[in-house]
Amino acid sequence: MSDEKIKKVSIIVAQGSLEGVYPALIMGNGARMEGMEANIFFTFFGLNALHKKMVNKLTVSTVGNSALNMAMPMLKMPITMPFPSILGMLPGVSSFASWLMKNEMEKLDIPPVDEFLEMISDAGGGLYACKLAMDMFKLEREDLIDEVEDVLTVGEFYEKAAGGPIIFT
Amino acid sequence: MAEVTVDAKTFALDEDGFLADQNDWNEEFAKAIAKEEGIDELTEGHWNVINYMRSDYADKGAVPTIRRLKKAGGIPTKDLYALFPDGPAKKAARISGLPKPKGCV
Repeated sequence: MSDEKIKKVSIIVAQGSLEGVYPALIMGNGARMEGMEANIFFTFFGLNALHKKMVNKLTVSTVGNSALNMAMPMLKMPITMPFPSILGMLPGVSSFASWLMKNEMEKLDIPPVDEFLEMISDAGGGLYACKLAMDMFKLEREDLIDEVEDVLTVGEFYEKAAGGPIIFT
Repeated sequence: MAEVTVDAKTFALDEDGFLADQNDWNEEFAKAIAKEEGIDELTEGHWNVINYMRSDYADKGAVPTIRRLKKAGGIPTKDLYALFPDGPAKKAARISGLPKPKGCV
């Protein structure tokens, strides 16, 4: 273990699936728990996690997700058995897989996305939305949850991130 | 094994610097560890967190998470970070004489 402590971390979230967003929330929150400064920058589909109407509707990708297997969404089948994409296309399957995953997370005391974002914000972590992606998706500040601290350009994000590592998830 | 002496009483610490035996804990230990963690004086707010953590640990056998402190203990996350800056869960657990929290959240 190195003696030098990481003091600050900035995390970029560009995906809007459940499995695309959670790692960043866990790492950002974990950074604050260790007394580190934490910024999370949401861009492209990552913005779904900040959208008032979408924040609790994120789902696991069940189509074109080659890492998904029959064990992963806690179906208790072998991990070597791939999840057939054709199944994933059926209505409700993605929601069902997401529901299974959310249940498992709740057991581990991992909060739902909206509560998690509030927790990070209360912990002093900075939640930021990408201006360019907002313009592209025709989103306004009012569309996003109150915990969002600011809408930033790439340049402003780099200014915020100065002095610490940047993680792209 | 590391140890710390407060008011002539010696407390054994585990490898992470947390109290080895929860039953050894007393308020003087809490005050001494708090000072070490940069908290000069334990206020009513601090004791509220410490007492809740200790009683929850006695009930459940696990160090409560920040989420549990809020939901079950009624301690707002903002307050927790203000009371125990730079690592509230670990600091509060250490002062409360509990083991190092194991979870990621």
